[in-house]
Amino acid sequence: MAGDRFATAVALRADLDAGRVSSLTLVEAALARAEAAAGLGAFVHLQPERAHADAIESDQRRARGDLRSPLDGIPVAIKDLMVQLGEPCTCASRILEGFVAPYQGTAAAKLREAGAVIVGRTNMDEFAMGSSNEHSIYGVARNPWDPARTPGGSSGGSAAAVAAGIVPIAFGSDTGGSIRQPASHCGVVGMKPSYGRVSRYGLVAFASSLDQIGPFARTASDCALALAAIAGHDAADSTSLPEAVPDYAAALNGDVSGLVIGLPREYFAEGADPAVVECVREAVAELERAGAKTREVSLPHTSYAIATYYLIATAEASSNLARYDGVRFGRRAQARTLGEMYRRTRSEGFGAEVKRRILLGTYVLSAGYYDAYYRKAMQVRTLLRRDFEEAFRGCDLIATPTAPEVAFRIGEKTADPLKMYLSDIYTVSANLAGIPGLSLPCGFVNGLPVGLQLLGRALDEATLLRVADAYQRRTSWHEQHPTPSWERPT
Amino acid sequence: MSYVATMARINPAEVERIADLARLELAPDEVERMTAELEAILGYVAALEQLDTTGVEPTLFARLVATPMRDDVAAPPLDPEAAVANAPERSGSAFVVPKVLEEDES
Repeated sequence: MAGDRFATAVALRADLDAGRVSSLTLVEAALARAEAAAGLGAFVHLQPERAHADAIESDQRRARGDLRSPLDGIPVAIKDLMVQLGEPCTCASRILEGFVAPYQGTAAAKLREAGAVIVGRTNMDEFAMGSSNEHSIYGVARNPWDPARTPGGSSGGSAAAVAAGIVPIAFGSDTGGSIRQPASHCGVVGMKPSYGRVSRYGLVAFASSLDQIGPFARTASDCALALAAIAGHDAADSTSLPEAVPDYAAALNGDVSGLVIGLPREYFAEGADPAVVECVREAVAELERAGAKTREVSLPHTSYAIATYYLIATAEASSNLARYDGVRFGRRAQARTLGEMYRRTRSEGFGAEVKRRILLGTYVLSAGYYDAYYRKAMQVRTLLRRDFEEAFRGCDLIATPTAPEVAFRIGEKTADPLKMYLSDIYTVSANLAGIPGLSLPCGFVNGLPVGLQLLGRALDEATLLRVADAYQRRTSWHEQHPTPSWERPT
Repeated sequence: MSYVATMARINPAEVERIADLARLELAPDEVERMTAELEAILGYVAALEQLDTTGVEPTLFARLVATPMRDDVAAPPLDPEAAVANAPERSGSAFVVPKVLEEDES
């Protein structure tokens, strides 16, 4: 029912099919909740007119018996770096203020093809650079479990929107953990698909060899539907993979017996909050009771992952962000000459974290340092990739904590960029290796959600979803929701 | 023979040089702050030097398959009007920019 803000997409579909509710009612309720949750800072732009029209069309399709997908008529949200024809796309950056997309991104196109109704665009760290959603021109997004804490980042708005029961499904992007870490901190399911599983056409580029779009949902079964809607080859993205997309929903059979779960000793060694590790170990024990087997594995180059990641990601970012020059779109500073215009536009348009990463990336690519930093990092990337290949010879998937701690306080890490970067210590390796990763809620520490991360072989999203779903059939962490203390009457 | 230059410490002049390459202008206090922050980050990533990567192939993309071929079929490009619609300044379907060459005041 529209009245249950925490209803899953699967449940809403049943309500729609039974005629208990219309898509228009669901969409209006989602928009009203988004408005009432302005204090959470989860959304940066709502699109009521387009959403109303899309919902009415969905209701007409349903009346005709002409549904496009299980998501037809379901309200969803997308991160403010996913291009959608005719709507703004700012990446939470001043430099893209006023930009309206002149083309349709593939993810938005596929969501429309599936009949899903995009109600709005979610908050994020500027250009997806951050782990806390504190680097945004729109201001911070807040964690629904404790508004004094960050929702994580960079897709903080999408995670908060799902956790707060504004929409059942939202989409974000994950370059080094930007879906999984906020999913962990907000107590929802978040998945980074294998590199190439989802088209990046219309995803504003941060680090092109690492970026991937993926879904947030409250259950693994909703996550499977959301992934199915956006996955697949796209002629417009030559890095998207041609392999057929499996039926993810059909993979959710609740059976994990005989699966071997690898536990990388480097991820359980030290550095994580012991209470977080305890929750993760208990979640693994639950999967053992369900019939899975466990074994210790080793990913020996793990301690080099963050350094490798920040060299590669910033190098790629410095190149990708060269396009923001005030010439073709976005903001332009007034100046007498072209060179002066470039400098002023970029200096006024980018925030401090983006500048820091552009500088680091420019440095590591510059003459004399390329081999020492960038090439070296690409070589270590090979070692990290081989670590996973070796580990997956002895297990079907890997389980780890998603983040070393629960959600931290707003302002706690902004003064120390390196400390912030270490928030991604368990997530960056999956991006470097191109493998899929999923975070799902597995308990609470001091009233704040803890995430279990599952990592799989390339293109084996189905196993991760199957295990996550089996876990959720046996546990109820995903049925615990925050109290909507953020709501004020509109 | 090793090709690896040593990872170096960074100083304010170097930060200004890099900022210039990246077409960024930094205020003096920004130069100071960025120098300290980049110094800390570079100190952290220097750990990679401990690893012997002799003979290890670099990974540029995790899963680079041969770029798939497609039929060479003409398709309509982005409409020129739409392409310039976001331009800060335009003339017809062209982007207008300030003077490219520096000029003496006269």
